[in-house]
Amino acid sequence: MRRLTLAVLASLALAGPAAAHRVWMLPSSTVLSGTDAWVTLDAAVSNDLFVFEHVPLRLDGLNVTGPDGAAVTPENTATGKFRSTFDLHLIKPGSYRAAVTNEGLIASYKVGGQQKRWRGKADSMAREIPADAQDVRLTESIQRTETFVTVGKPNAAAFAPSGKGLELRFDTHPNNLAAGESARFTLLLDGAPAPGIDVEVVRGGSRYRDKSEEVKLKSGPDGTVTVPFAQAGLYWFGAETQDDKARTAGARRRAVYNATFEVLPQ
Amino acid sequence: MRKAVTALFPTLIAAPVMAGEVTLSIQIPRLDVSEYHRPYVAAWIEGADGAAVSNLAVWYDLRKREGEGGAKWLKDLRQWWRRIGRETEMPLDGVSGATRPVGTHALRFATDAGPLTALKPGTYEVVVEAAREVGGREVVRLPLAWPLTAPSQAVQQGKDELGTVALDLKP
Repeated sequence: MRRLTLAVLASLALAGPAAAHRVWMLPSSTVLSGTDAWVTLDAAVSNDLFVFEHVPLRLDGLNVTGPDGAAVTPENTATGKFRSTFDLHLIKPGSYRAAVTNEGLIASYKVGGQQKRWRGKADSMAREIPADAQDVRLTESIQRTETFVTVGKPNAAAFAPSGKGLELRFDTHPNNLAAGESARFTLLLDGAPAPGIDVEVVRGGSRYRDKSEEVKLKSGPDGTVTVPFAQAGLYWFGAETQDDKARTAGARRRAVYNATFEVLPQ
Repeated sequence: MRKAVTALFPTLIAAPVMAGEVTLSIQIPRLDVSEYHRPYVAAWIEGADGAAVSNLAVWYDLRKREGEGGAKWLKDLRQWWRRIGRETEMPLDGVSGATRPVGTHALRFATDAGPLTALKPGTYEVVVEAAREVGGREVVRLPLAWPLTAPSQAVQQGKDELGTVALDLKP
C-alpha cells in the first residue's frame, strides 16, 4: 500500500509540466436527471487518458462535497491494481465535487555519490535522511484532483475553494460544458487569482489517435484561462506551478491541480 | 372626440374576438429496429439569444418502475435539459405526459392562453427534440415571429428520430 503511494508521488515529483503520468478521476456520468441518482467514479494515475495502465490514485485524501456544501460519504470504495473506485449516491439536487488532496514532502539527495529519494513527513525527515547527505533538494507538494457531477439544476455551493494550493474558480459551471463552446475558469493559488500559471488540456481517448492533441494555455493577469472545448468528450485539465512558499524550511513548493470535465454534444 | 376614441379602443381589444391558434405537429416515424422504445420528446420556445422561454411539451416514460420513473433519462433530451429541462419541476401540469406512439401528434395552443401568453414581441424558434432509448437523438427547429400577423406554416423534415414537424400559425 505504501509502495503505491510512493509510486504516485514519485511519478509526480519526476513529472515536469509536459511529462506523462497524469492524475485523474473519471465519473460515469456528470449530468443527471431525476431525484435519486448514482454515479461511480474511478481514480487513477496513467499516461494515456483515461486508461487504467499505471497505478491507482489512493482515496485517503478523498473529500466529496454536496450541493449544500456539506460532506457526502463515498460508498463502495476499493483500490485495485490500476485504479481506485467509489460510488456516490446523489440524493440532493445540485452539484457535487469529488476531490482527492495529496500533500507530501519529497527529498532527493546523494550519499557517497549515489542518488537517493525520500518521501515522508517533515518531522521525520531529520531522522530518516542521513546526516551526511549531500545536495539535498526538498519539494513540498500539494496536489488536488477533482471532478464534478450535477443532478438537476447546477449550483456552486460545493465549489468553495479551500484556500490551499492550486484550485479553480468556475466562471463557467463545470457541468455546463458543450462542444464548440469555451469555458472560463480562474486559477487560484492559496485562494487568490494566480496569473501566469501553465495549463494543459487534453481530450480523453488518446489511445485511439496518433497525437495527444494537448492544448497548452497560461492564465491571464487576472488568473483566468479560457478553455476551448472543440468537441464533445472527457477532458483532462492540468495546472502546475512552483514557488518558495513551502512551510518546510529550504523546500520548494509544487502545487498541482487536475480536473476531469465532460463536454456534451450540442 | 379624440378622447372618446381612446376610451372606446380598449373595449374593442377586449371584445371576444376569436383567439389565434398555434398548432405544432410532431411526427414520430416508424423505425425498423430490433429493439424499439418510444422516444422521449420535448418541445419548447427559444428566444433569439438561445435562451428557452417556455415549455410546450415533454413526453417521457411515466411508468418505468426504477425509482422516480423515467425522469432518470430526461437528461438525454440534451438540449432541452440544458436550456430549460433542468430548471423544470417534473411532472409539469398541462405540458408533460406519457411517450407517444408512431404517428403524427398535433398540439394546439391558443394565442391568448397557456405558454404563448408570456411571449413578448420578437423572433423565436420552436424547438423539438427527440431521444430514444438504445436509439439516437434529433433536434428540429422552426421559426416563430411573434405576434402572429398573417396565417403561415413552417415545416421541417426530421432525418432519423423525427418525421415531419410542422408549425401552423393562425393569428
